[in-house]
Amino acid sequence: MINLNQKIYGYRRDNNRVGIRNYVVILPVDDISNAACEAVSNNIKGTIALPHPYGRLQFGEDLDLHFRTMIGTGANPNVAAVVVIGIEPGWTQKIVDGIAATGKPVQGFAIEQRGDTQTIADASKAAYDMVHYATGLQREECDIGELWVSTKCGESDTTSGFGSNPTVGNAFDKLYEKQSTLLFGETSEITGGEHLVKERCANDAVADQFMFMFNRYQDMIERFKTDDLSESQPTKGNIEGGLTTIEEKALGNIQKIGKKCVVDGVLDKAEMPTSNGLWFMDSSSAAAEMVTLCAASGYVAHLFPTGQGNIIGNPILPVIKVCANPRTVRTMSEHVDVDVTGLLNRDINLDQAGDMLLESLIHTSNGRMTAAEILGHQEFVLTRLYESA
Amino acid sequence: MIQFIVHDEDDSVGVVTVEGLKANDTVSGWIMDQDTLIDVKINQDIPIGHKLAIKDLNKDDTVIKYGVDIGRTISKIAVGDHLHVHNVKTKRW
Repeated sequence: MINLNQKIYGYRRDNNRVGIRNYVVILPVDDISNAACEAVSNNIKGTIALPHPYGRLQFGEDLDLHFRTMIGTGANPNVAAVVVIGIEPGWTQKIVDGIAATGKPVQGFAIEQRGDTQTIADASKAAYDMVHYATGLQREECDIGELWVSTKCGESDTTSGFGSNPTVGNAFDKLYEKQSTLLFGETSEITGGEHLVKERCANDAVADQFMFMFNRYQDMIERFKTDDLSESQPTKGNIEGGLTTIEEKALGNIQKIGKKCVVDGVLDKAEMPTSNGLWFMDSSSAAAEMVTLCAASGYVAHLFPTGQGNIIGNPILPVIKVCANPRTVRTMSEHVDVDVTGLLNRDINLDQAGDMLLESLIHTSNGRMTAAEILGHQEFVLTRLYESA
Repeated sequence: MIQFIVHDEDDSVGVVTVEGLKANDTVSGWIMDQDTLIDVKINQDIPIGHKLAIKDLNKDDTVIKYGVDIGRTISKIAVGDHLHVHNVKTKRW
């Protein structure tokens, strides 16, 4: 049985949150500032640019989500310091102010009336100082319960429902007892099992909030669908892996919340939890979108079960892959952090599989790189709600 | 050696957990919740991860897995048949 009272070695930030990585991020406010951010990142070693295709002419709830995602990404405890670059100063400063609330170093630069080259020069100087600052920080002892841990599965198949998803569920049950802050989502992939999640909600108010989010997503699907969504949900990969219907996929998916944890609260996309416990976040079920939202919500480690072999990573949130499909482990082993194929032939039980995953979480928290980190997977994919104005 | 797994004895289906199962093979399954074993003769080749019926089903029957409704049959399905998108559809969307 794994000892979850052991300490992990993380970076304690000014707001007392614990990070397990120490990035200096060069964050574009908008698509047209990507080039400057990438130039700064190229100049100054030890920084990472996060290019993305949005941030112009968005409005209403979609704009609010953009700001939440940008600020949340910069505020994430895996990030030590941030340079923000936007085309104009107003929205740039709004993101700088949001990140500054954490107490970490952050500086904004606007390109209009200065041009790319001057902006790149000034921002590079700031980034240089931030790398000095960040690399001077030391890891220190932290409790495992201080880690915020999210989960989402991808390229699921039937082995996900038997093996890798219940493995995450077992780990979540154990982390929940340590007062961890946990998160799951994938609203569309609960279709067919929504009654089971509702039953797990802490009280009627939480259950009502969950059903509101669930029904809102169902209404969107009903509005835009042109068929029964087969090949989109379940995906072609899911079907290849043996999953037949969204209901079957959903019942496998919700194995990730274990048997004991209670759903303590509900979040909209990229909102931040206000207490420990298990949170449901309304989100896309597409891997890169969902994991990007987890990072923006402040999560520092991610447990990712896969069946057919989803290869996703994230630039600031380490993604730990767990797989129970022997064919996938045989053909794509470089993408798998934790092999739980032993579950399918009863070589190991669920408790042992959960401990193997927690062991990997501890190693990852202490600095060991995940498969996705080593292979350079840095998918930063923003969720959009509708067209630009 | 276990070649397929069933979540619960009341389920309509089991899931193949090994590669290379061929039509007319008699395969051994483990029912997890009850921790019992069953043998089924399969009627087609079934790839790893795919489902076999362990109950006879008529057209428009409900398919049960994890003890829960996972969709409806669109044709008759016999014990040992490959059960997938060609004979089962979602009840949602």
